[in-house]
Amino acid sequence: MPLDLFSVGDPIADTKAPRDVPIGERWSTRRFRARLVNPANRRKLTVIVVGTGLAGGSAAATLGEAGYKVKNFWFHDSPRRAHSVAAQGGINAAKNYRNDGDSVHRLFYDTVKGGDFRSREDNVHRLAEVSVSIIDQCVAQGVPFAREYGGLLDNRSFGGAQVSRTFYARGQTGQQLLYGAYQALERQMAAGTVEQFARHEMLDLIIVDGRARGIVARNLITGEVSTHFADAVVLATGGYSNVFYLSTNAKGSNATAIWRAHKRGAYFANPCYTQIHPTCIPVKGDYQSKLTLMSESLRNDGRVWVPKERGDSRDPREIPESERDYYLERIYPAFGNLVPRDIASRQAKNVCDEGRGVGPGGLGVYLDFGDAMERLGRPAIEAKYGNLFDMYAQITGEDPYETPMRIYPAVHYTMGGLWVDYDLQSTIPGMFVIGEANFSDHGANRLGASALMQGLADGYFVLPNTINDYLADGPFEKVDDSHPAVAEALQDVQGRVQKLLSINGNRTPASFHRELGRLMWDLCGMERSEEGLRKALDRIPEIRQEFWTNLKVSGDLDTINPTLEHAGRVADFIDLAELMCVDALHRAESCGGHFRAESQTPEGEALRDDENFAYVAAWEWTPEGAPPVLHREALEYEYVHLAQRSYK
Amino acid sequence: MTATREGASFASGTETDPAMAPHGMTLTLRIWRQKSPSDKGRMVTYQVEDISPDMSFLEMLDVLNEKLILAGDDPVVFDHDCREGICGSCGLMINGTAHGRGTSGGPTTTCQLHMRKFKDGDSIDIEPWRATAFPVIKDLSVDRSALDRIIQSGGYISAPTGTAPEAHSILVPKKDSDAAFDAATCIGCGACVAACPNASSMLFTAAKVSHLGLFPQGQPERNERVVNMLAQQDLEGFGGCTNIGECSAACPKGISMENISRLNHDLLGALRAGARPKS
Repeated sequence: MPLDLFSVGDPIADTKAPRDVPIGERWSTRRFRARLVNPANRRKLTVIVVGTGLAGGSAAATLGEAGYKVKNFWFHDSPRRAHSVAAQGGINAAKNYRNDGDSVHRLFYDTVKGGDFRSREDNVHRLAEVSVSIIDQCVAQGVPFAREYGGLLDNRSFGGAQVSRTFYARGQTGQQLLYGAYQALERQMAAGTVEQFARHEMLDLIIVDGRARGIVARNLITGEVSTHFADAVVLATGGYSNVFYLSTNAKGSNATAIWRAHKRGAYFANPCYTQIHPTCIPVKGDYQSKLTLMSESLRNDGRVWVPKERGDSRDPREIPESERDYYLERIYPAFGNLVPRDIASRQAKNVCDEGRGVGPGGLGVYLDFGDAMERLGRPAIEAKYGNLFDMYAQITGEDPYETPMRIYPAVHYTMGGLWVDYDLQSTIPGMFVIGEANFSDHGANRLGASALMQGLADGYFVLPNTINDYLADGPFEKVDDSHPAVAEALQDVQGRVQKLLSINGNRTPASFHRELGRLMWDLCGMERSEEGLRKALDRIPEIRQEFWTNLKVSGDLDTINPTLEHAGRVADFIDLAELMCVDALHRAESCGGHFRAESQTPEGEALRDDENFAYVAAWEWTPEGAPPVLHREALEYEYVHLAQRSYK
Repeated sequence: MTATREGASFASGTETDPAMAPHGMTLTLRIWRQKSPSDKGRMVTYQVEDISPDMSFLEMLDVLNEKLILAGDDPVVFDHDCREGICGSCGLMINGTAHGRGTSGGPTTTCQLHMRKFKDGDSIDIEPWRATAFPVIKDLSVDRSALDRIIQSGGYISAPTGTAPEAHSILVPKKDSDAAFDAATCIGCGACVAACPNASSMLFTAAKVSHLGLFPQGQPERNERVVNMLAQQDLEGFGGCTNIGECSAACPKGISMENISRLNHDLLGALRAGARPKS
């Protein structure tokens, strides 16, 4: 690997997990060893939480209940809009309610294996332990999970798992879990423990004497840029899939908060680990503004196929069984349509590359419910997937009860994120990162129904138990705008916002965003190669250069201005895209969602290189011009032994 | 296996493939423009061309806004986010109906209304939600924080983190759980308020009262919940409910009027039991 693209710094290690005890005792041991804060002292301590999704909402509510003074920031009008609301399929928990051999250890094992041995065992084990409490908590809040006739909770099996451990609320599990957290949060707002800052966007992190002490935020209604202080800062700002422009993320989802924190010193881990979801509605045209996911729970009953012959453009209903290729069932007889997401996505790409794709542009495969309709009847299918079928019909104008759905992979989730230790603390003391915004639990590939689990685990149960250890040293000395570090951060943000407005060129933020997204999808998407990544790394600085000289933002500074907001986010996506490509290039192995063309088995499966790459790549930002610095965190597997994943 | 990169890219297929080229409707839009809460506001006419029937309504507005930005004009502000009908951010009066329900043929959010529902040459009126309790912020964006305050006044079950009993210790009959789910699908978009001649938020409030009241966990706070949420609703300036049913007809999630009956039932019970709103 030539060193022109990055340099190598000191290794990094997680020092918080108590490795001196067996894995099953580490979380309780950590809770015991972590220092506590006396309830009477908590109200003297302020915590800023940015974001109100499953992680941020649950953390803000729980810290408020614990008695801390919480300041909660979000860019939507209401906390209930956070993108967790769109998660469809379900949430995993090792309850073993089905008596089918599940356990904390099996959920742990499945998650480490599913992550293709690129996650930390300690974190994943804790996640599996905490999973059971999440379900209890949500039921107590009144989350309307699906139930059996006897009144007990229903479960289903979900992508990559052979046990039924997924709890769900029709196809709207994320919505219902989020509303549970949202209602708990609103309750704390009424109680006065959580102060709300709606329609505020975090634009910088304030660091004083080496500690995270606050944020710079812009009020999106008045345009006012202001500073906010605290004893600790928690980022729960979600993932960065929108670097690809087209993704299943909401339009507003962005990387600005984590990127600005990265530029202030927080290491960014595994940025190249992105998840491409296999079951999304295919792209229709250039005007497309986002992609819509169809929950992969559909793969439980739907069968994926393409015509055996290339270019077969017959109506799918007229293609006889013998001329269909149910390729997932053929290649992976044991898991069939339920193989993990990365595999299902790549195989869809492969059959389309072979010219057997269906629909406009040949970029789609069928997801067919014909058999399930016959076996279970239409009412059963309606009860299970009704809202998803309606959504599909509304978007495509086709009736999926009559004709097979067409699906194609789309970017959906980012496993990478800011580096955190076992306490979920970043490399900046006092800044914690939770939910999709951190890198912690999913390794190189996230299993279905595990994002909701992680978001709520972090927010309800992990952070509220670990942040005390840090806050036990507080309250810290008061800071205000007169501190040079604060003034500098404030000026930085103001200057940047003004700069975006004043370029007055000829291209809109959306036009740059589309160009960047297309480049990333082509060269840093489902398959990456050294040649392609180098091409991307040549091109991104040119896009950046043009962005800062030819951008057009209309409207004013002191009012609601979505174009200006978008411009700032695109600027950060451009920088992040570059780091993603460097990371993808340096990781000359395939693992999970990161597929390098140069590293595959003779059958075309991802080939890991454990000898050289069994580590977390934590990147340190360096001022412009200098390449980023790589810090390696070695990954050791004491309990789940390294093995090539096989779903055959 | 070698990959043909071009084949793998959806983006690179779009320019040359005639099947994916836009089909070109031309539309006249009359859009409410209002610079600030204090500005009087007015309808402004715009033309958009080359609108594909497969576009969503918001993608059509994106096309207009891109044009406005390049011309140095202020783009039209509207709230939106997930664009898949679940976050509840978007909400426009389209030809006088909430979320374009008059055109859609079925329950929908604005983001899930597609241009195939319109014809070449159509003229479309686009306005914000109109209600005293939803003041306009700018153009088509309104302040719906009143709905959050209704939730704050009692739309929750008090279950601090960590206090929960084992999930299976609480049994819920499937029919109650299903009915609770149906009520809980409310996305808080405010279409019910916009559609109501009285600008009442009764369906929104009733959905939450109903959702939580159907669960055993929701019983201890049931009486206080209904009286406090209704008191807050009045305080926010929403109108009274006269059972017209426009709310349910406009609701993208099809929340039924039955929930309002449940709320009224709860209210009677609560008042009989002596429950009174907090101060």
